[in-house]
Amino acid sequence: MDRYTPRSRKLAPMVAVAAAAALTLAGCSSSSGGKQAEEGGENASAGKANTPRMTVALVTHQAPGDTFWDIVRKGAEAAAAKDNIKLDYSADPNAGNQATLVQTAIDKKVDGIAVTLAKPDALKDVIAKAKAANIPVVGLNSGVSDWQKLGLMEFFGQDETVAGEALGKRLNEAGAKKAVCVIQEQGNIGLTQRCDGVKKTFEGTTETLNVNGTDMPSVKSTITAKLKTDSDIDYVVTLGAPFAMTAAQSVDETGSKAKVATFDLNKELTGAISKGDIEFAVDQQPYLQGYLAIDSLWLYKNNGNYMGGGEAPVLTGPAFVDKTNVETIDKFAAKGTR
Amino acid sequence: MTQQAEPAVTTPPAPGPGKESDGRTQQRPLALRLLARPEVGVFLGAVAVLIFFLITAPAVRDGSSMANILYQSSTIGIMALPVALLMIGGEFDLSAGVAVITSALTASMTAYQLSMNVWVGVIVALIVSLAIGLFNGWLLVKTGLPSFLVTLGTFLILQGVNLAVTKLITGNVATDDISDMDGFDQAKALFASSFDVGGVNVKITVVWWLVFAALATWVLLRTKYGNWIFAVGGNKESSRAVGVPVTFTKISLFMLVGFGAWFVGMHQLFSFNTVQSGEGVGQELIYIAAAVIGGCLLTGGAGSAIGPVFGAFMFGMVQQGIVYAGWNPDWFKAFLGVMLLGAVLINLWVQRTATRR
Repeated sequence: MDRYTPRSRKLAPMVAVAAAAALTLAGCSSSSGGKQAEEGGENASAGKANTPRMTVALVTHQAPGDTFWDIVRKGAEAAAAKDNIKLDYSADPNAGNQATLVQTAIDKKVDGIAVTLAKPDALKDVIAKAKAANIPVVGLNSGVSDWQKLGLMEFFGQDETVAGEALGKRLNEAGAKKAVCVIQEQGNIGLTQRCDGVKKTFEGTTETLNVNGTDMPSVKSTITAKLKTDSDIDYVVTLGAPFAMTAAQSVDETGSKAKVATFDLNKELTGAISKGDIEFAVDQQPYLQGYLAIDSLWLYKNNGNYMGGGEAPVLTGPAFVDKTNVETIDKFAAKGTR
Repeated sequence: MTQQAEPAVTTPPAPGPGKESDGRTQQRPLALRLLARPEVGVFLGAVAVLIFFLITAPAVRDGSSMANILYQSSTIGIMALPVALLMIGGEFDLSAGVAVITSALTASMTAYQLSMNVWVGVIVALIVSLAIGLFNGWLLVKTGLPSFLVTLGTFLILQGVNLAVTKLITGNVATDDISDMDGFDQAKALFASSFDVGGVNVKITVVWWLVFAALATWVLLRTKYGNWIFAVGGNKESSRAVGVPVTFTKISLFMLVGFGAWFVGMHQLFSFNTVQSGEGVGQELIYIAAAVIGGCLLTGGAGSAIGPVFGAFMFGMVQQGIVYAGWNPDWFKAFLGVMLLGAVLINLWVQRTATRR
């Protein structure tokens, strides 16, 4: 113990400094914004089922720190809490690693697996193994064209191409002539499909622009550069909510006439829509995808139900959010669940 | 060898020590001596890239386009400076990219969660950033492990901590908007404002970038600390033998990178109001690349502070130039790589030609 005595002597002045700092800081509180101003939002709660405890694995291709997947996970957690389910969440953007995670779930003998099919071929074998082990598997988010082929029971999601097409049509209605589709991760299938969908239905010209999504200043500079080079651009389409906010800044600074539309939502974005900085967003309701995927496994286990009748996918999008309906959605987005 | 014999015949021996003329210590022409300096090579490379894009992309000729390119360069360049100093001192920092985001997240969450003036968050973030640098340096000195390993560890730790702590505290993977809080406007004025020069909107980071570069150049060339940096990067043991405080120099260099990460982090926070916790991965390589293009040796002991300025400019120029030129975006990364390699080769060629006798 005596080894620590000198340390505690050293500690005393440090504690004093810390206390003094705390006192100084107390005088620095912000009178606006911050946690204080945040509304205390109750999470949706629907009681709890008294069915036997079960374990469900949710395996996605999420990249770390993606807002979108965070909402999927929240939906899944809400359903798990309600259905007395223990949720095992795991994710890896690499398809091979994702297959390994599914295998891990099979080894753990879970009662159900919900999986995203970003690269269906890579998951084919492991899904067959799950079926052989009598574990029900449902799909969510991506893979709307492959889920039946792989023998999944149900599917919850939105076809990325269909969402892109819907956005393209919307651009026609808005009278746009030239749009630029901003891809934040070069080579991502889902993102490419969205832009391709836009290209398919949009009657004006669509150009794509690759930006470095891990570095916001770079995203901003690149969009600014694009807007400067081509003054004909009248719509910037981003594929993720944070990039829409940055695109709006670029448009503002270049004084371009372009408007901003985006895929996916977050809480800052709903504010920007009501202010008019961003025209509209296409929402695929990620919360619903996570929620339904987990809930469906519970229903199957306890009542033998199939959502979509086992034949058709359950579509969660595309739902448009614009000035007309943003108010109803805003309060949910603020909680991070829309 | 014939050269040596000749002067002995034609000219009498030099009268004083000031006038040596046996050819070995003769001063080479000024132009060649300049070209031999690493930062001149990269300067010419940057000029070549600039001229190339001025010709191929008419939009670049616009003043506001140049301001945009300089902005992008400055956000790379501010970090490339301490990274370059560290590299001259013989070490790497792979955690530099995510450390920027760690700093921004710390400031944002401290201010928001405690409902404090944002300056409190800014100061706490500075302390955290310096502490990360201190930790990197301390671990390096204590264990004697290569900095590649030590900072690879902190890189992974910070990446995970950024995500997990943000999720734990905010319940989301991005921080909350702090733009309506006290002190935000002041902090924005310092870190993320812009001003007009002849109708062109210039970001303040460009000014900071040049100020820091001047400061770093002065430190490197005119101070004792600058000498220490070269010494520890050149040969740690012999510099210790002549009384250079190796431990202090290395740790302080890592803390300097922490300072840079703090500054860039604050810029990101106050220009975008929120921070995504997954950002910053991969940026460390861009900082290192800018320093290496700028003539800093990967092995340490040589380099300059002005070289990385041009290195960062070259990066920003190529990255945005491709967009201004309107080339097929699918090839973007490939173009970037080819242009950078080309620029480095020009740099190398210039140096070789200039130093050849």
